[in-house]
Amino acid sequence: MTPSPFLPTGTVYGTLLNFRAEVEALAPQMTQPPYKAPPKAPVLYVKTANTWSPHGSAITVPASVPEVEIGASIGMVIGAEGDIEGFVLMNDLSIPHGSFFRPPVKFKCVDGFLGIGPALRDAQEVADPANFRVEVCINGALKQSVDFSQLVRPAQQLLADVGEFMTLAHGDVLLLGCDAGRPLARAGDRIEISSPGFETLTNTLVQETAA
Amino acid sequence: MKHARVIHEGREHTGVSHELGGQADAAVRLDDGRIVPQEQLTWLPPLAPTARPRTILALGLNYADHAKELEFKAPEEPLVFVKGQSTLIGHRQHTHRPSGVQFMHYECELAIVVGKTARNVKRDDAYDFIGGYTVANDYAIRDYLENWYRPNLRVKNRDTCTPLGPWFVDAADVPDPMALALKTTVNGTVTQQGSTRDMIFDAPFLIEYFSRFMTLSPGDLILTGTPDGVVDCKPGDVVVTEIEHIGALVNTISGNT
Repeated sequence: MTPSPFLPTGTVYGTLLNFRAEVEALAPQMTQPPYKAPPKAPVLYVKTANTWSPHGSAITVPASVPEVEIGASIGMVIGAEGDIEGFVLMNDLSIPHGSFFRPPVKFKCVDGFLGIGPALRDAQEVADPANFRVEVCINGALKQSVDFSQLVRPAQQLLADVGEFMTLAHGDVLLLGCDAGRPLARAGDRIEISSPGFETLTNTLVQETAA
Repeated sequence: MKHARVIHEGREHTGVSHELGGQADAAVRLDDGRIVPQEQLTWLPPLAPTARPRTILALGLNYADHAKELEFKAPEEPLVFVKGQSTLIGHRQHTHRPSGVQFMHYECELAIVVGKTARNVKRDDAYDFIGGYTVANDYAIRDYLENWYRPNLRVKNRDTCTPLGPWFVDAADVPDPMALALKTTVNGTVTQQGSTRDMIFDAPFLIEYFSRFMTLSPGDLILTGTPDGVVDCKPGDVVVTEIEHIGALVNTISGNT
C-alpha cells in the first residue's frame, strides 16, 4: 500500500527575496518608491490551504492568464519543539506580477497554486540545507537549476529571524524562497521538481474550463 | 444565536450567550447546561476545531476615512493580506506589546465567517455563503512597517495580536451587517467610532471578489478593515472593540515583565 502523500497540517509561509540573484534583480527598484529601502526583516506571505496540490495532481491555469510562474522551493516543516522536522519539495506557483508593494494575494493564492512533494525528507538525514540543489524540468527539458548555497538567509538563520516576530507552530511550513529566473509554463505542461535525496514532485497544468 | 468556545475547569466547551443579573451576554450557558459568568471562563477564538488551517484574509484601508487618515487614496481594488493562525487569541486575553515600540494600535473589525464552500459566487448570492460574524481586533505595530508586502507579517501577524470573539453570531441573527455601529474604548474612553455602512468594499463584494480566484471554505475568515480613530496602546490598557449586535471584545495590553 502506498502511503498517502504529505500535506501540511499548519500554515504555509513563503519567503520573498531570499536568493541573492533575486535580490540583485530587484535591487534597482528597492531604493525607489513604493519600496524606498531594502527590507530589513524576512518578507513573508501565506500560501492558503486552497492552494495545496498533492504530488501528481493537475493544477488549473486560470483562463485569464497565458502562463504561470514556476517557483521551485524547499519547505521546512516545523517540528514539535519549533525545530525543523523535515524538508519537502514545493512548487510555489504565481501569476506573473511586477510589484510586491501590496500583497499579491490574487496572484499567489489561486486554487491549486502550491504543488507539494510526495514525502518529507527527515531533517536528521540532512547535513546542511545549503547543499540542496533543485532542478525544474518542463516536459522533460531542464529549465532551471536552483542552488541553495545562494540563500540570503540560510535555513537556520531564516527560522531564527522569523522567530523574532512570530511563532511557527508544529506542522507549519516555511519556504526557503524561490530563485530568480523562474520558468514560465502553460496548460498542458508537465512540471517535475527534483532534488537528490527527495522523491520528485510532479504536477501537470490544465486549462480552466468555462465556469 | 451567539456561540462561544471556552475552557472551564480545564475542559474545552462550546456554549451560548446567556443573560445574568439582567445583563445580556454576561454569562455563557455551557454545552453541559451550566451557566458561568464571562469572567470565570478562558475564552478561545469562537471557531470550531479544524485539522486544516483556516484561511484568514484581512483588508487594509477598507474605510474611506481610515484611508484618508493614513494619507492614502481610497483603493480601487481590495488591499488584502493573509494572516496565520498563531496570531489569534480569544476574548479577555492579553496582547503583547514588544519593548521599545513607539506605535501599536488596535483595529476594530467586523469579521465575516464563511458558512459554506464558495467559488465564483455572484454578489447577489453572497449572503448565502456567510455563516456568521464575530469581532476582530487586528492590532498593528507600525514601527515595523516597511514598504514590502505592506502591511507585512512583522506588523500584522505577531503572536497574540489578533483577538477574536467573544461570540460567533449566526448570520440569520444580524439583520443588516452593512449598517452596524463600531466602537472602540481604551480604558473606558471612546477613541474610535464608525459604521460598517462606510466600508469601501462591502461583504457581498468581498465574497464575490475572493471566490473569483480562490475557493473559500467553511470557517474561513475575512477581516473587513477598520474606520478612523486608531491610537497608540500601552501596557495595562484595556481595549474594548465593540460591534452592534455582534459583541464587545475585551483585550488587555501586556508588556515585558
